[in-house]
Amino acid sequence: MADSLDVLSTLKLVYTIYAIVAISLIAWYAYSITQKGGEIKTASKGIFWSYVAVLIVMGTGLHFLTFNLVPWVPMDLDRANIKAEKTFKITYKDHVITLDENPMRVPCNKYVIFDADSEDLTYGFGIFRQNHTLVTQMQVVPNNGNDLMWKFGKNGTYYIRSTEYSGPKGAHMIIEDAVIVSGCSEDDIHSIK
Amino acid sequence: MSYLNKLMDGHDGGLKHEGMTPMQKIAMRFVVIGLLYYGLAALEGMIMRAYEITPLPFIDETHFFSIMTVHPMVGIFGSSYMIVFGAFLFLTPFLMEKPIYSLKMANGSWMFIGGGVLIMWLAGFLFSYAPLYTLYWPLPADTEQFTAIGGIVYIVGVVGIMIGTFLYTYNVFKTIVYTPKGWEKQPSGALLRSALGLTAIANFFRKKETKHLVPLPIAAIARGTIDVGLNAIVISTAGVLILIYLVGNGLFSMDLQDTWVDALLYKNIFWWGLDLVADGLVLVFVAGTWYLLAMMISGKDLYMQNVARAALFVEMVVSWTVWSHHLMSDQGQSNALKVLSGEVVTAFELVTQGIAVFIVLTTLYKAKPIKMTNELKFLLGGILGFMLAVPAGIIQADLGMNRILHNTQWIIGNHVHVAILVGLTMTLYSAIYVLFPILTNGVKLYSQKLASAHFWLHLVGGIGMGAFMGMAGIDGMLRRTIYYNGEYNTYMILAGICGAMMMLAFILFLYNIIMSIGLKGLLGIYQPSKIDTHDCLVQEKDK
Ligand code: HEM
Repeated sequence: MADSLDVLSTLKLVYTIYAIVAISLIAWYAYSITQKGGEIKTASKGIFWSYVAVLIVMGTGLHFLTFNLVPWVPMDLDRANIKAEKTFKITYKDHVITLDENPMRVPCNKYVIFDADSEDLTYGFGIFRQNHTLVTQMQVVPNNGNDLMWKFGKNGTYYIRSTEYSGPKGAHMIIEDAVIVSGCSEDDIHSIK
Repeated sequence: MSYLNKLMDGHDGGLKHEGMTPMQKIAMRFVVIGLLYYGLAALEGMIMRAYEITPLPFIDETHFFSIMTVHPMVGIFGSSYMIVFGAFLFLTPFLMEKPIYSLKMANGSWMFIGGGVLIMWLAGFLFSYAPLYTLYWPLPADTEQFTAIGGIVYIVGVVGIMIGTFLYTYNVFKTIVYTPKGWEKQPSGALLRSALGLTAIANFFRKKETKHLVPLPIAAIARGTIDVGLNAIVISTAGVLILIYLVGNGLFSMDLQDTWVDALLYKNIFWWGLDLVADGLVLVFVAGTWYLLAMMISGKDLYMQNVARAALFVEMVVSWTVWSHHLMSDQGQSNALKVLSGEVVTAFELVTQGIAVFIVLTTLYKAKPIKMTNELKFLLGGILGFMLAVPAGIIQADLGMNRILHNTQWIIGNHVHVAILVGLTMTLYSAIYVLFPILTNGVKLYSQKLASAHFWLHLVGGIGMGAFMGMAGIDGMLRRTIYYNGEYNTYMILAGICGAMMMLAFILFLYNIIMSIGLKGLLGIYQPSKIDTHDCLVQEKDK
């Protein structure tokens, strides 16, 4: 099962390649429009509309791709109908995160829900590896339901921190070792303590 | 000629402000203030860049966050709005070939916006008011960490900016549709329909196309201006709401309940309005500016002109319906809104912006070979900026990707700064280079070498800074967060070097402009013009 590291490293590779292609294309174009020679033909209507079609396919196709390849997309959209193994209650107030269960012990490959409530401001809930890469996150909006369903496929110990700005104090809202996943056959090498 | 003389009088005689028309002066006033505010935003950016490498001893955390709050306001309202409004208040009458509706309103616009930004900046500097992020003003209003008085001063600043914005909006539309005194009656309704793009849409279904009454750049200006006006209404309403809470809870210790306004509903409405700046101002205005620049640089008609007009209309409608891509990680937001508005409609920004890129590049190509002038260089830089930043935005507007990118440095690096600093700012520099001789009655540039250095330092610095912030974001670095243990130092040092390149680029540009027009000419811009605008323009039939 793909995790955030797999998706993010693919993004880094694909976007870097795209950026190099875009920069090269403009550099080549900039050079070629200053050069004489060759018959100047403008793109036909056919080429133009095919290009528009490609843009539509690429823009919307990305979402079909992630729906099928990124496991948390269908899970998130259907979370109202999926039964969770465990629900963890989390409360935010006065820039303090309080966990009903600390640490939150998560069984491997089972659906769990992180259910956060804010009693004052808008905060964020993010789970991070020991190397600070992000596993997942959600916004924590006061007086609204904030439920994040997740499934962990690797053993590890994760910290949580508020991912939304809530004034200078917000930068210190961190709980070390708040999530411990066990029972998997594989370790998350960046989260082993 | 001694250096001091050159500095005072400018290169090759410099700017003779006595011969400038009121409109030239007004446009220059906007642009000069816009550039100074850009310098302030860049300076603040560099302070933050340094702080993100290692916390600076003379700035405490509270002040760091207040810099971060005013920085985008100074950049967007103080600089981008100012330069864009100045250029468009000049171009609208220029392209419509009639006097501007009101010179007083135009002067009022730069005074209110410029003054408003200053007051808002003071709220950060003096009172460390800093609850906002990326211009988003969250509710409930926090009166624990921030003083009510700081918030009130901030709101006064915002009011100034919004008044200036409303004046600009009204003036632009009035200029398009009004009939100047003594002129033959203008067809206001038809002009408005053409400006809004309704004529272009109707042309798709007509056998015989109706002639467009307004030039294409006017259509772009009009459509972007609608978004600017709507956005000003939303920000003003939010300001009033927050003022009520600040005065009630902060000053009079009342107990106004947070639950009166649902935080998620408020967030939806605010982001709806705020996105009109990102999509209305940036994408629509930029596309319109590109079209104008492409026609002026190439001397050719625009390729696929009717499609370009229709695409501008589509972009305006798209910009009204994409706000949900800011709420993809809000679990209370409905799935339907996340998928339809957040993912699907947002994808059409790739289409409309892609169409603009294609049309502009094809139009320029028709004029091949063309000289690589400053305006062309910067235009291509601006196009590249959007070619990089728009796909980055489409990627983060995806349910799978947003879960792991939201609020990271990716958003603010690869997407926001590349769009603003490379895409928008380079487009504006291109427009400045095109308009410079028109606005200054032909003042010559002091140094081409400095202009080239400005271009390369800005381009490489802008793309580089965005890239290193983006990589830090992919590795989990949050935005608006201080890391005390050097977790992302390699990326932050590299981003700092790129930021310094952009800062240097700006200093070189400013020096080049000051040396070209001279300090006397610069100050003269702010003296009243001796020429009457109405004498400069006569109706076509009377020529
Ligand atoms: C040399 C020029 C600039 C530099 C070096 C710079 C640098 C920065 C830095 C370091 C941050 C904080 C990133 C974080 O940790 O969250 C930031 C935030 C931001 N900047 Fe810039 N910046 C520059 C110019 C601009 C301009 C001209 C604009 C707008 C027109 C702008 C818009 C923003 C926005 C919207 C944010 C996000 C603020 C927030 O989180 O609320 N920047 N910039």
